[in-house]
Formats: sequence, C-alpha cells, structure tokens
Amino acid sequence: MQRHTQAIWNDDDSEGYEPLLSERNLETVEVDDTDLPDHLTRDSLKLPELSEPELARHYTRLSQMNYGIDSGPYPLGSCTMKYNPKFTEDIASLPSAAVHPDRDEASVQGTLQIYHELQDYLARIGGMDAVTLQPPAGAAGEFAGILIAQAYHEDNGEGEQRSEVIVPTSAHGTNFASAALAGYDVVELPEDDDGRVDLEALSAAAGDSTAALMLTNPNTLGLFERNIEEIATIVHDAGGLMYYDGANLNALLGRARPGDMGFDIMHYNVHKTFATPHGGGGPGAGPVGVSEQLESFLPNPQVRERDGEYELFEPERSIGKVHGAMGNWLVLLKAHAYISRLGGDGLRDASAKAVLNANYLASQIDLKIPFEPFHHEFVASAGDRDAADFAKRMLDYGVHPPTTKWPENVPEALMTEPTEAESKTSLDQLAEAFGAVAADEPSALEDAPKATSAKRIDQTSAAREPQLSWHQLESR
Amino acid sequence: MNGNTTLTTRETTDEKQTGTPFAPQTDEDVAAMLEAIGVSDVDELFDIPDAVRFDESFDIDAGSEQTVVRELTETLERNDAPIEFLGRGHYAHHVPSLVDHISLRSEFITSYTQYQPEITQGFLQVLFEYQSLLVELTGLEIANCSMYDAATALGEAATLADRVRETTGDRILVPDYIRAERRDVLENYVAGADLVVEELPADDGVTTPEILEEAIDDDVVMTYLESPTTDGVLEEHLEEIGEIVSAHDGMFCLGTDPVALALLRSPADVGVDVVVGDASVLGMGPSYGMGLGLFACREAYLRQVPGRLVGASRDDDGNRAFTLTLQTREQHIRRERATSNICTNQAWVALRAAIHAASLGPSGLVSLAKRCHRLAEQTASRLEEIEGVSAPVRDRHHFREFRARVDDANAVATAIEANGFAIHVVDEETVQICVSDRNEHRIDELVDAFTEVVN
Ligand SMILES: Cc1ncc(COP(=O)(O)O)c(C=O)c1O
Repeated sequence: MQRHTQAIWNDDDSEGYEPLLSERNLETVEVDDTDLPDHLTRDSLKLPELSEPELARHYTRLSQMNYGIDSGPYPLGSCTMKYNPKFTEDIASLPSAAVHPDRDEASVQGTLQIYHELQDYLARIGGMDAVTLQPPAGAAGEFAGILIAQAYHEDNGEGEQRSEVIVPTSAHGTNFASAALAGYDVVELPEDDDGRVDLEALSAAAGDSTAALMLTNPNTLGLFERNIEEIATIVHDAGGLMYYDGANLNALLGRARPGDMGFDIMHYNVHKTFATPHGGGGPGAGPVGVSEQLESFLPNPQVRERDGEYELFEPERSIGKVHGAMGNWLVLLKAHAYISRLGGDGLRDASAKAVLNANYLASQIDLKIPFEPFHHEFVASAGDRDAADFAKRMLDYGVHPPTTKWPENVPEALMTEPTEAESKTSLDQLAEAFGAVAADEPSALEDAPKATSAKRIDQTSAAREPQLSWHQLESR
Repeated sequence: MNGNTTLTTRETTDEKQTGTPFAPQTDEDVAAMLEAIGVSDVDELFDIPDAVRFDESFDIDAGSEQTVVRELTETLERNDAPIEFLGRGHYAHHVPSLVDHISLRSEFITSYTQYQPEITQGFLQVLFEYQSLLVELTGLEIANCSMYDAATALGEAATLADRVRETTGDRILVPDYIRAERRDVLENYVAGADLVVEELPADDGVTTPEILEEAIDDDVVMTYLESPTTDGVLEEHLEEIGEIVSAHDGMFCLGTDPVALALLRSPADVGVDVVVGDASVLGMGPSYGMGLGLFACREAYLRQVPGRLVGASRDDDGNRAFTLTLQTREQHIRRERATSNICTNQAWVALRAAIHAASLGPSGLVSLAKRCHRLAEQTASRLEEIEGVSAPVRDRHHFREFRARVDDANAVATAIEANGFAIHVVDEETVQICVSDRNEHRIDELVDAFTEVVN
C-alpha cells in the first residue's frame, strides 16, 4: 500500500502549526489626511503586514497542509470529486473573459454566445426545453426551481393551496432548506425497504396541497428509482411538479435524461458533473432546466440569439432574480470548456467509467453494502465501527474518506463515489485502505488520525467556545 | 438497448478520441474490473428501465485541448475590450500576481469543503484569516466564510433579521439607489417569510435621519443602506440612523466593501448590526458579476448566522487547529430549520480576497482606499471644467465613482465608447464613471474624450 504522510509545518514558538499572519507581524496604520470629515473615517486599521516572499511561503506551506484531488483519491459520496482539467483554468484566465456585468450586450457578444451555447448543451444533456445559468450553486438552483414551481401554481390560481413540497428522507439537506426558504412546508417521504421511493407513501402524501416532489435519481444510495414513471404520474395527477436534484447526474450522462423521466424542473451541479473545481467549498454553479410550459417563469435575464447576435431578455412571467448578476460566469465558462472537450460520447463514457469504478471498488471491499444495484456511488456500512472514526483512520492510509453517516437508512454509512477519474491501481489502493481500517484494532480508529498535519480535532469545544477570528483568540 | 458498449480508453491522438480523456483505465483494466464485478459488459451495471433510457446522441462534438482552447479564445474575442470605467456595485482592483499563483495551487483549488479538517488545515487557516480580516474591517465580532454575492448576502441578512427579532413585523426598508438586481434577489429571499420590501427616498444621494423617521415604525424588521452607495456617494448620517433603527428594535444592515472599509469608520461603531457586500473587490478582476458575498454580524446572532464558520480548536497533540464549527445551524444537519439553504459557497474567492488583502497589508489597503476617494473627486472636478458637463451631480463625498450630467447621456456614452472607454448611462441626462487603480492611467484620455465628445 502506498502510505502518505501529510506535510507538517510545526512552529515551536506558536500555538499551532503554521503561525497565523497576525502572529507574524500585526501593524497599526493611522488613517489621516483623508479630506473627509472625521466622523466618516476610521482612526486606524490593524492588520498583518508582510512582504511578498514571506506571504508566498506562508500560503505554500498552508497548501501543503491541504488535500486536493490532485493529492490522491477523494471518494466523497454525492460530491463527484473528479479530476479538474487544467486547460479550463487557462480559458477562465483570459483577459477577454474579464468583463463587467453592466457592459452593453453588443460589447460582450462572446460571453453571451458562451452562455447561449451552454444553455443549449445543458438542455440537450438533461432533456429540458430551456435552461438558466444564473443560480450560483446547487442549492441556489433548488431555490430558483422551487420559485418557478411556485410561480407556476400562482399563475394557475393555486398558489395558496399548494403549500407543500415532498422530499424523501434520504435527500440532501439543501432540498429541505431550499423548499423552506421559499416558504413551503416540507413533507418527508420515507423510503421503502428497497431504499427507493415508497409508492404508497407517495400516493398518500401527494394531493391538492402538493407543489412539487424533489427527487435525486439515482438516489443518494446510488439506486435508480425504477418506478420513476409511476412516481411522475402520481405527482402530476395530484397537480404537482417534478423537481430533479442533479447532484447525481454523473451516473446517467448519455443513458437517461431527467426530462424523459417526467421531471419538469432540474438543476445541474456543474462543480460535480462538469468537472469544475470545488475550490475548497465553492464557487460552483447550479443551472436550472425546465420543460416548455415553465420557460416563461425562468429568472431574469435569459440569453437568446437573433441572426447570430446574442441578447438578454426578461421572460414574460419571470420569477425575478436569484443572483445579483449572471451567476458564476467563470465557473460556467470552465463547464463549457469541459463539455466541449468531451463531447457527447465523452460524457457518456465518463458515466460508464464512473459506474464501472464504483462497482469495481465495491467488489473489492469487504463491508456490507445493503442496497443494490448502485450506479456511480454505493453506501457501505462500517458495521459495529463508528463511521466517523472509520473515516479518520482512512486518512492515515493516505486517502480521503467517503462521506459519512448519510443517508441514514444505512447504519454507520460510508457513502462512496470514486468517479471515473481514479485508475484501477488507485481503486485498489482505496480498497486496501478500507480493508486495513476494517482490520484495525478499535483503539486505532479512536486515536486516528496520526499521519496527518493536525491530529483529531476537538469539535465539542470548538462549538462550545467559538473562536472565530484572531481577535477572539487573543481575547480568550 | 442492451448493446455492447465498448469502453474506449484514452487515446494519444485527438482524432481517435471518443471517450473522456480524463479517465485513466486501460482496456486491460476495464476487462479485469468487469470480471471482478462479474459482468461482461458495463451496460449490465445500469438499472434503467427501457422506457426512460436515452438512446440517441447529444450531438455535441468533442474537441482536442488545442481546439477547444482556440475556439473559446476566438469566441471570447467577440467581446470588445474597452477600458472599463464601470462600477455601480461591481468593482475590481489590480490583483497581485501572487493571488493567481497561490490560489491555483491544486491543493487549494481541487479540494472540497473541509469536512475532514485534519487534512485541510491549510484552507481552513486561510478562511480563518479571511474571517479575521472582515472582523477587523467591520468591527463586528462574527464574519462567515462567504455567501454567493452581495445580493444573496442581503437576502440572508433579511431572513436573519426576521428570525432574531423579538416582535413581529413585515417591513424591510431599502434605499432607492439600490441596484435593481439586488432588490429583486432580496424580494425572492423574503417572499417565503411574507416580508415586504419598501424603498426609502434619498436626499441628494444621502439618507437623512428625517427621511428614515418618516418611514420607520415598529413593523420594520430591517433597514438597509449602502456606503458607498451604488451611485458612489458616502452616507453621512449612519450613526443617527443606527439610533433610530435601534429605537424601533430593527436590524441595521449596511452594504459596503472591504476596500471602502479600510477608510470608513467601522460599521459596528455607528450601530450597524450586519454588514453585507461584495468582498470580491479584492482578489478578482471583473468577472461578469461573479462575486463573494461578505457577511458579518454581531456576536448576539451567532447561533443564527447563515453559512459556514471556521473556528479554532485543539487537536489531540494539544496544538491549535482549525475546523468548521457550529454546523448545527446548517442544512446538512438542521434541514428545513437550517439558518440558510447554502452549501457550496465561494470559498476559493474568499481565499483569493484574503491573499490580496495580505499582499496589500494595512498600509496598502488604506492607501488604495484613499486613492479611490481622491480619484473620484479629482476626476469629477476635471469633468466639471468641460463646458456641457456638470460633475459631480451630487454635492456629496464620493468613493470610486460619481455621476455627471450631460445633454444626451446615450449619445455621450456611445461616442465615448467609440474612443475605447465604457461608462454607465444612468438616465437620459446622467452618466456614471468609476475610477480606480485599474484605469487610473487612462483618466487623462477619458477626460480628453469627454471634451471632444461633448463639444
Ligand atoms: C444530493 C445533493 N443535492 C444538493 C446538493 C447541493 O449542491 P450545492 O452544494 O452545489 O449547493 C448537494 C451537494 O453537496 C448534493 O450532494
């Protein structure tokens, strides 16, 4: 097995590993000579003052204490941590991409053309009729999509009546939170014993007050909702709309499309499926696709083409805006580059290999995987081990662990998604890490990790006595 | 269509590429893997009912790296390249080279959210330093590690106000100078809570205590102002306004940015409860409005803050270490009762902003801010000297930008554009001009162009 020990920068004179900038050199600068009245200006500002060479070293050391996809396997379930092609960064860095959002349409034709082409690509990939690129992440896409459903029901005179959004228990937290933000009551839908939507429960839940069902497919267990047509019929017959959470689209590219499954609204998770970097938490992009009947509700503005010229327009019954401008433009540009590089066949191949990798990895792991057949991800159970401890111990074997303790229908869940970007060798290494942890003494798990730059971090006191800035560190 | 899909392996020549170039499996690997799984074809791994299988092609061509770079470069060249004198809420400054070089290190940019803090200390520490920067600039105790942009941060502030306010009420006051886009986003964020957004007029670009007194009552949940405003004006009565808002038990929210804050009195000092804005004025060039939602607030709201927070703690060796904390506020734990629906945020933009701020240091930040103020006032006086131009329109203090009155704003802007400069048209007789370190070296030419165009 290839072992990994993370770089450790340990400073004897400081409390921590790499000292904070504020511990290196904090300077107070007086603010005077401003020709502004005193009551408008501050007296002084106290911040770190360091030279460029010192800063370069500070951040480089910090980067060495950070694990990215390029460091090793990153099989976080539901997150689709695939390789981020470097050439897309070069395109996003072109000076011609650096435009202000208030530029005249006529003077940003290139940018608008890329928006238009990406709208079109995504519509084809999802089987949707129209796409907005405005939402800046998946959750923002959910919010936009639910607002579209709301506007549709209001337009039909059913806005008040349809006050509920149905969400399966195993869904991602954002589904619940986005529906609630839009003012909906969330109705939780239990799964059946096979890990899929319980049709009877759905029939009971769906009715006159249903605005929409939010569904991930394959669901968070990696299972395809085989009854998707019946599900759509039940929801549509009740007058509700079908919302597709696109987090797991990497399983289906070129093999099934949400639009063909009966979904009316979907979001795409560009930072998962289309390989734009996660950037340590963001930025991403969460474009939303809709069927024709919902097109006129899309956020403002949309991009359209007329005789080779691109222009912005406000859809007739637009929900308004979910972002102050046109979303995360530079992320969208990278997604366009990725799709153009792979083409339709490449995308289909990516899904095939993502599913192949997940199934192969599962076949090499000796843990219970209660739900099958899974696609791009599987949820193994750590059994009598604590999944969080299991994950910490995996760090010692040089790999990033899976997502833990979710979904809850698998006890001590290890939700594992290797993506297409791992080689067989790397999957074997991952499988070995799973095996090694499973065979370790319980104490090894509880004491882990040992080979990382920081050891197990005390979460309880972090939350009990929050220290959220260097100011608070100094004062407590 | 249970046909045999051949899994194509990475090819070295582009003509032969039919699969993804970013999957490493060889043909032998694929065969061995299928055998280990116990199937003969990858199609067998897909459990998709025939009725919903997609049999066609997307009809999207693949391209080599070279081709795609060339094509997208050519498409982007359809963008004109004027010198931008544009602002109105979206600003950019010169970004030091260090920011690109460090932020593109793959350990940073290819990492996920720090759910395993023991191997992501680096990013966590930068985010902690980013939070600390905002704490220093705003004077507030808490800053989160990002929202999407200024508009969504404002929306989040309003839902926070609704949650923490003890008495009920349904009114939100915003200034009439607010960007329409920000107001639109705010309206969507508060609609679910049945709050109503109302506009406050301004007096020559500034909100006075009298204006607010006229509008406010105990139903006002939040009062929002900006300084600098979208028109480039500095608000002058924030302290009195803070007192009025607080007398009505409302939340006082200020929109601003980290460069302006290096010069301005700290918001906490004048009674502001929440600061929002676009922090990507540091770290990002113009990005068509891709932003970095700044969010800072009083410690009293700690358990109700939206978004991620990085805190310091200890590890098993007793060393100080960083971790995401107070996660019980967040959607993955609290679901429909979470303080926000945000998950993926703008962390990497925050990292860039933090590096930019560190590069400037306090003296660099303060002198940049002074320059933004001085340049706006100086450029306005130079335009004022041109016959047919009156600037600044508002007899106020300006930061980065100002308005100018001309006879025919559209005609002037079009003619100015023909000279290679982009400026805002505000209405038929008003243009707006934003000056900073990025376009400072072209101000002489802009003034010349104005002289020529107006005469
Ligand atoms: C299933 C699922 N839905 C929604 C989301 C939310 O997407 P984002 O983080 O882009 O807001 C995620 C991402 O973590 C997810 O895994």
